[in-house]
Amino acid sequence: MIRAIAVFIVLAIFPLAMQAMDTMFYVSLASRILIYAIAATSLNLVLGYGGMVSFGHAAFFGAGAFVVGIMAVEGVRSVWIAWPAAVAVAGLAAFIIGALSLRTRGVYFIMITLAFAQMIYYIFVSLKAYGGDDGLSMPGRSTLGFGTLGNDLVWYYSVLAILAAVLYGLHRLVHSRFGRVIAAIRENEARAEAIGFPVYRYKLTCFVIAGAVGGLAGALIANQSSYVSPSLLHWIQSGTLMIMVILGGVGTLWGGMIGAAVLLGLEHLIADYRIGWLAALAPNYQDHGALAVGIVLLAIVMLAPEGLAGLFARTKEK
Amino acid sequence: MLELRAVSKRYGGVVATDDVTLDVVRGEVHGLIGPNGAGKTTLIGQISGVLPTEIGRIIFNGTDITHLPAHARVAAGLARSYQITSIFRRYSVLENLAFAVQARSGSSFRFWRPVTAERTLFDEARVIAADIGLAERENAVAATLAHGEQRALEVGLALATRPQLVLLDEPMAGMGPAESRAMLALIQRIRSRVTVLLVEHDMDAVFRLADRISVLVNGRVVASGVPAAIRNDPAVRQAYLGEELAA
Repeated sequence: MIRAIAVFIVLAIFPLAMQAMDTMFYVSLASRILIYAIAATSLNLVLGYGGMVSFGHAAFFGAGAFVVGIMAVEGVRSVWIAWPAAVAVAGLAAFIIGALSLRTRGVYFIMITLAFAQMIYYIFVSLKAYGGDDGLSMPGRSTLGFGTLGNDLVWYYSVLAILAAVLYGLHRLVHSRFGRVIAAIRENEARAEAIGFPVYRYKLTCFVIAGAVGGLAGALIANQSSYVSPSLLHWIQSGTLMIMVILGGVGTLWGGMIGAAVLLGLEHLIADYRIGWLAALAPNYQDHGALAVGIVLLAIVMLAPEGLAGLFARTKEK
Repeated sequence: MLELRAVSKRYGGVVATDDVTLDVVRGEVHGLIGPNGAGKTTLIGQISGVLPTEIGRIIFNGTDITHLPAHARVAAGLARSYQITSIFRRYSVLENLAFAVQARSGSSFRFWRPVTAERTLFDEARVIAADIGLAERENAVAATLAHGEQRALEVGLALATRPQLVLLDEPMAGMGPAESRAMLALIQRIRSRVTVLLVEHDMDAVFRLADRISVLVNGRVVASGVPAAIRNDPAVRQAYLGEELAA
């Protein structure tokens, strides 16, 4: 608890420090990281706590983004209408995809969630009225009715507040009756059923909650740069969220957030800072940022097989 | 209480259970014996709903439950234990039992209140832990328990759902004599509260515990009756018991 408060105090002070140093660009990068933290955290609920390896989480993330984008283009920009709509549509999509996918197990479940997400990707790519391949530009951020989200500081604090709420909600959820049931299903599904729990219903509920929160993260990412790209729906996006969760720590409260920060931070570092001796060896190494990120990720995964959150927990125990 | 009517199960051409008709009467301990591969565990699977039953009918307390999913049968008062121990290995004894209590006490679609704050779940779990002889081990992680203790917890998980009828699938599997005696005593203790369908290889135990015994051979019931009758049934001796009971 104290650690959580400390983390959020640091995150709250961060933009003020950046403002003082006149490096507001980092506040924008940080908002982006926090939004991905929400998306990865929602995936961690199904993947980590629920033990359902969904390879289609981008469907809900992207769907949330497109709902906000399309509504903005159509003139509905209110936070209070567009965002709940994004959450509802993503939740509904999760309900339909989950209801069908959760009848399968293991590799089949991974493949079928992937297939559904790719179907949604191609639907939006072929939707020429809303940008198709080029994506969708919004006239601006969603409106509150009072004040504005246009200011980068206000935006950052709004995202931070939502992340805090999501993490607290997840913390409550995993310790609740419901959380105990999904953890037990992950541990021993047959026995949970034999004890009298309708396993399928619990898994589906978990899947829908994660999808809805993923949709909320999508609504935020659409607002981040007032632009919705179909790449948000692409399977690579699902993979990125998965990497964040695995990197940060599967089934840990902070896993999604740590993973998002490390992965996006790394990408940024490699693209923006030229390392002299490395550049001397391979002058265009920055054009292959993904390779460099991959090498660093490999190192992290080998040194911390349970994710970075596990590393913190272990050092704390000693 | 439980009526099986011409229940069969085939895997391709292999017959696992064949036209089984069987009655378990409220209050009795009903032994189910038979050689390996006779279809005992398949039958338990069909009664508990883990295996679908296409042929025949299963009636519990007058209601046809043939196509009811497994979790709904538990809610109706029909629980089972497994031949191969199936517990929540990373949970403590108490957490295992509290989780089973949770299944029948109110909705678990509750997302906010910490489950550890629900004292009643853990109070009940403690009573069951004492019942199955694990009171002193209630905080031990299930994976660290001795084999006999894990088997007791296995039965405890079924009892924690407060069943009217419990299906015990070889509760004494792999047990030494001392552990078997403890399990025997446990079944003696619960028999006044719950009807038991007991599948067991330990003949001594079955003949000592059971009010009635049914014998399954090649998926068919070849005999059903009180232990003394089964002991002297020529068909049973021929098909299954052989020399074992002659002495």
